[in-house]
Amino acid sequence: MLSRTADHLFWMARYMERAENTARILDVTYRLSLLPQNGEDVEPMWAGMLKIMELQDTFLAKHPRHTTEAVLEFMIFDKDNPGSIYRCLRATRENAHAVRGTLTSELWETSNATWLKMRDLTPTKLWENGPGAFFEWVKYRSHLSRGVTIGTMLQDEALRFIRLGTFLERADNTARILEVKYLNLLPGTDEDATQANDYYQWSALLQSVSAFEVYRKVYRDQITPLRVAELLILRADMPRSLARSMKEVYSNLTRVSNARSAETERLAGELESHLRFGRIERIFEVGFRNYLEDFRDRIFDLGCRISEDFLIPARA
Amino acid sequence: MAITKFFNEMTADDGSVRSHYAGYAKWLNETPADRIERKRAEADALFHRYGITFAVYGEESGTERLIPFDIIPRIIPAKEWKSLEAGLRQRVKALNTFIHDIYHDQEILKAGHIPADQVLKNAQYRPEMQGVNVPCDIYAHIAGVDVVRAGAGEFYVLEDNLRVPSGVSYMLEDRRMMMRLFPELFARHRVAPVEHYPDMLLHTLRSVAPVGVADPTVVVMTPGAYNSAYFEHAFLAQQMGVELVEGQDLFVEDDQVFMRTTQGPRRVDVIYRRVDDDFLDPQAFRKDSMIGVPGLLKAYRAGRVTLSNAIGTGVADDKSIYPYVPEMIRFYLGEEPILNNVPTYMCRKPEDLAYTLAHLPELVVKEVHGAGGYGMLVGPASTKEQIESFRKHLEANPDKYISQPTLALSNCPTFVENGIAPRHLDLRPFVLSGTEIQMVPGGLTRVALREGSLVVNSSQGGGTKDTWVLEA
Repeated sequence: MLSRTADHLFWMARYMERAENTARILDVTYRLSLLPQNGEDVEPMWAGMLKIMELQDTFLAKHPRHTTEAVLEFMIFDKDNPGSIYRCLRATRENAHAVRGTLTSELWETSNATWLKMRDLTPTKLWENGPGAFFEWVKYRSHLSRGVTIGTMLQDEALRFIRLGTFLERADNTARILEVKYLNLLPGTDEDATQANDYYQWSALLQSVSAFEVYRKVYRDQITPLRVAELLILRADMPRSLARSMKEVYSNLTRVSNARSAETERLAGELESHLRFGRIERIFEVGFRNYLEDFRDRIFDLGCRISEDFLIPARA
Repeated sequence: MAITKFFNEMTADDGSVRSHYAGYAKWLNETPADRIERKRAEADALFHRYGITFAVYGEESGTERLIPFDIIPRIIPAKEWKSLEAGLRQRVKALNTFIHDIYHDQEILKAGHIPADQVLKNAQYRPEMQGVNVPCDIYAHIAGVDVVRAGAGEFYVLEDNLRVPSGVSYMLEDRRMMMRLFPELFARHRVAPVEHYPDMLLHTLRSVAPVGVADPTVVVMTPGAYNSAYFEHAFLAQQMGVELVEGQDLFVEDDQVFMRTTQGPRRVDVIYRRVDDDFLDPQAFRKDSMIGVPGLLKAYRAGRVTLSNAIGTGVADDKSIYPYVPEMIRFYLGEEPILNNVPTYMCRKPEDLAYTLAHLPELVVKEVHGAGGYGMLVGPASTKEQIESFRKHLEANPDKYISQPTLALSNCPTFVENGIAPRHLDLRPFVLSGTEIQMVPGGLTRVALREGSLVVNSSQGGGTKDTWVLEA
């Protein structure tokens, strides 16, 4: 397959996944902002989220305060914000457009139709139905896109690069979702925070990654931070966990393997096995936040290496 | 307007429906207006969702538009198609022979049938091609010949497009759309299929691979996703199951062309290129080309790769060469031309220029190298001011222009804002030449949607219709 084609497929999948996870992060933060325990002051929560998404500076250049409306409009509609859902869906469509001949017509039409709808959405319409309905829509479009991908694409290299993009992005994004939660727990929250507040926070997090029912099923017990972290980091049977994402990254990578990708495959395998054989207690000893930051650095590095090995190779 | 009477494709002069349209006219009559309206809206929505669009030059970059699609087909009876097809095959065969002759012995120039300067000083003549042999001696593997019907119903060739003719994807999509919207019509009519065009194209491309390549790798080369015909490039690559490449995906080493793949370099044997000659190779042609492949011309001249169409075909479809095509047919094939040429005045000749200047309100004046309906004057449809301003361009650069009488293009009933009204149309059938000449029965019918307009180009607001060739 052409390297450029693989590049577009990889980024098409990454942007779709990013749009979905951005909707998820916004959804959980929006829900938390509505909890009465959080009082009137929701700004630090939004600021924290923007920081973890590395969009704080871009936001502050335009908006003086982190009001819910300002942050949501920035993260959903802003054409100048490379992380906005608008930009992610546009980039998904542009990448799909560049390789539309490689996609099944259903997959191309899905991506095109999603973009056409996003393009026509206005803030007025968004607030009419509430942001929740919009986040739901983004998630469903992403589900549809993934379903159409798996249900119609030939199981060849093209599909591998799409899946590689999906899971590499998901690994990064789930780590960020966990970090958002971590930030919200510590500063300003004393040790005696009401259990009820804590419960809502953790359950909102679980819901944001579609893991609330899963948690109940797996643990059949009350919600504790340690178990939530274990579920989202180490459980390979949890579809959005770091362990599952890395397992998919590694297996798709080995299937597209070429003459120069050995070191990239080794690094992916190493990261995957750490998750497979890791223990959550140990991760908490090292420090949850350090662990997640280090993980995201490695994911970033893998992304660069995949580019060099497959997507934009130097001549010959 | 000098012209008052037009040939109507559907109805005869006495108002009766022509026999090949009888079935359709009956159906149209019986079908409730609201169902038709619903179907037309559905067609629009589907074209949008499929993303069957084209980009418009001169508008904000990335602007994509739908080409309006009309649900009343253009129907051609079997007998008419038969003679049209024979005429097209004859014409393209002569044109390919002409290009080969020009780049080899130039017999036709020696015999004095065409002034040598007219060919050799033409900007489309490529000296780089002199003496180069190409597989099967075929240069224009894909030709899109524009044909119109005028006067009492006879066909005229308006233009031979031998460089990178486009539009075939709309021919295929229009058919797909009609079959989806109105399957019952196809049960009632024996419409000749066109869906196998991509197979035929692939077969043609493989047949002209460099000598000695047993299992050639074919690719489609596009200028990129922002090109006006990008949809078609992607569509054809997909339908043929070959890679769609851009210049940056290819490189040349030891006169061999390779593409960059995830598994390393892979050899390329046949390039169906949708990039103009000028931009193909920055080392040989325009140095500023960002969409070409350095070294491509050298590999091509060494016979290691086939370009389709060949470099330098423009020398045969140029408007200044067009008047000589009937002569080519007689010279190379020893046959009388089956299809008519439109009488053409070449403004580089003083007497033709004088005639043109004296008759501007009646004539169509075109740029010799123009395409896409840009930079032309349609006398009868222009205001005095437009004519006078055009006159200045013409007087300043007579060599750049030719003129032709304004043809009374045939028309066909078409859905417009206030119901159904006649609109003018043309037809672009596609002729494939490799080891043999092949055609699918049909072509792209373009229709001028503005009342009275004779310009059918999609860049000028033209639409398309499905084209039915009926089987006898």
